[in-house]
Amino acid sequence: MTTEDMSQYPLRLEGDNIPMVRFANVRKSYGALTVLDHLNLDIDMGEMVTIIGPSGSGKTTVLRMLMTLETINGGVIYVDGEPLTHMEKNGVLVPANPAHIRRIRSKIGMCFQHFNLFPHMTALQNCMEGPVQVLGMSKKEAEERSLELLDMVGMADKANQYPSRLSGGQQQRVAIARALAMRPKVMLFDEVTSALDPEVIGEVTNVIRKLVDAHSLTMLMVTHQMGFARDISDRVCFFHSGVIAEQGSPAELFGNPQNERTKQFLNAVLESN
Amino acid sequence: MSYIEFLQDYGGRMVDGSLITLVQFVLATVVSVLVALTFGLMRLASNPAVKGFATVYVEIFRGTSLLVQLFWIFFVLPLFGITMDKFTAGFIAVGLNMGAYGAELVRGAILAVPKGQWEAAKAINMTPAQRMRRIILPQALVIMLPPWGNLVIEILKGTALVALISVTDLMFQARQINISTFLSVQTFGTALIIYYVFARFCVTPFMRAVERRMAFKIGRA
Repeated sequence: MTTEDMSQYPLRLEGDNIPMVRFANVRKSYGALTVLDHLNLDIDMGEMVTIIGPSGSGKTTVLRMLMTLETINGGVIYVDGEPLTHMEKNGVLVPANPAHIRRIRSKIGMCFQHFNLFPHMTALQNCMEGPVQVLGMSKKEAEERSLELLDMVGMADKANQYPSRLSGGQQQRVAIARALAMRPKVMLFDEVTSALDPEVIGEVTNVIRKLVDAHSLTMLMVTHQMGFARDISDRVCFFHSGVIAEQGSPAELFGNPQNERTKQFLNAVLESN
Repeated sequence: MSYIEFLQDYGGRMVDGSLITLVQFVLATVVSVLVALTFGLMRLASNPAVKGFATVYVEIFRGTSLLVQLFWIFFVLPLFGITMDKFTAGFIAVGLNMGAYGAELVRGAILAVPKGQWEAAKAINMTPAQRMRRIILPQALVIMLPPWGNLVIEILKGTALVALISVTDLMFQARQINISTFLSVQTFGTALIIYYVFARFCVTPFMRAVERRMAFKIGRA
């Protein structure tokens, strides 16, 4: 992490309308390659924000940094008013220790492009693992809750199947239930339909639609499904070369894009469809 | 002397020796699994001192002869105040040596578990110890079992060396019978068959069964 004047960042966010997630001047680079350049992005409680953009624009990195799968090179990420990547020490922010990261990370859940279900556990066990091992829930309670969630994603009848017996769409739905079982406040969806056959994409997007309708979850999604993004997002951010080139409501961004790069990208995507 | 007469006269001693070999083999396997797991995990530690210690261990025990290690443990360690009876020294030496090879299998198998599994475990906020114990090691076990099948047979064959510090195993009995009878073909032929039967009809089917069971448990069968 580069030396940076940390006194410019508040120790915690205060006020009435604090965002659920705030990226403040966040920088990420791999060697000489800058992936994200001074990212500033607020996501409000209950908001559904979709990130779109060409490959290599840094959109997945945003999610991975928030899940602490990647470290950041500068700036601060806040979750629910508290810093995630940093912690207070003697009145200033210093890089967070593992215990602090785990405490704040408990508010975040993530679904991956390749599902990443645990292959040695059934669908039900996948959902119960976190609640029992991490949250210390009783097995009975975790099982009840997991079955409810599997039912919600339409997978209750496959609860005792191993992932290898499930289709891609079914695995992704179990992965969503597994993430929800941890009761996160923020859900991250990283290209969750990209590895799926076209005919099963609908079963996963329908589950996400259901979540948007029924829950007050804050959601951040990276997707290539432009129609889906347009339907369910409160806000769409177009990333290009490590910065947000343009953002706005789906109607604004898809209907009347202002930025030249956004227009090019949307045209290219529409042509390929 | 016919082979039947040979077996009638010396079969009992061969069986006694085989039982000692079997016990040496089982104990050496237990030691090598523990050593492999410990040093395999240490090799992946981020602490350079821990990693360095494990690397030195693996290098020394893989890079020098098992026979020399056996003699060191039995004849040299007492000079430093560490004394073991020959039976213990036997399986400890074989276990420490084979454990060094096993450590590399453990390390390689853990690294072969897809990165997405580590990330998914992190995403449900598991501690590093929970990630390893609950998610990574069970999957690594399935990956490492086939090469462990080879190593376990090596452990069995390695126990033959304990005869050289007078542990009364199969090889020791065979040498004693040969010295007193000069029936080399019958004696070493029988020893050869017993080792082969152990490896082929006991160890290999057992390891295959464990592989199948683990593959089933992981949902791949």
